[in-house]
Amino acid sequence: MSDLAFWAGAVLLVACALAVVTARSLYRAAYALSGALVLTAAFYAGLGSALLASVQVLLYTGGVLTLVVYALVVSRGANEGGPARRPFAAASTAALVFGALASFGRSVPAASPAPPPGGRELGLLLFQRYLVPFELLSVLLLAALVGALMVARLERAP
Amino acid sequence: MTPSRLLVLSFLLFSIGFYGVLARRHLVGLLLSLELMFNAGNLAAVAAAWSYGRASGFLLALFGIAVTVAEVALGLALFLLADRVRRTTTPDDLSLLRR
Repeated sequence: MSDLAFWAGAVLLVACALAVVTARSLYRAAYALSGALVLTAAFYAGLGSALLASVQVLLYTGGVLTLVVYALVVSRGANEGGPARRPFAAASTAALVFGALASFGRSVPAASPAPPPGGRELGLLLFQRYLVPFELLSVLLLAALVGALMVARLERAP
Repeated sequence: MTPSRLLVLSFLLFSIGFYGVLARRHLVGLLLSLELMFNAGNLAAVAAAWSYGRASGFLLALFGIAVTVAEVALGLALFLLADRVRRTTTPDDLSLLRR
């Protein structure tokens, strides 16, 4: 990925992220989030990991956007974000967090000569070395889905 | 594109999401900001994996995406419950346990 593409993608990504946290309409914030997720997928593709990029677009962007828009449609309350809560205090805390993180990010080595893993290598890793975490994850997903159904189904709190 | 630039970009995204978590007044807005933070974490894992040449970092991002989708499903279910039972969409109004 060339420098120009990186900077263009980074500027677009930050613009999308700012729109997510400041947009008045929550629909607009959700669409901005999907834009940010797709741009991140473009970064993954630029690194050479097509599998990660496609999972990001299909599962993450598609799934999250659909869920959020459905929840907004069926909810009764207003779908406006409203004014920010103490924006200056929040922004300075976030800037502090960024400063603390960025002081760590300086000591990273340059990219390794090894190319990023392909789908075959990731699949072998997933189903041999990391088989138990993978199965645990599927149990977690099932539990989360059943729990979400149970929680959303209740008409009144018990 | 270098790993350290990618890392700094992910830190920036994380901080923007953190601002959203602090400043948003709507539950869904808060969830969307949390998504932004999760995505930044994934991006940081991938950048580190790329820099050290380890395949498991890419796998970590895959696991992270799956966990995030579960978290969104649960969070939105709780949002719908709060909307329906307590008739509010603001986390400030859900402070029953503090009283």
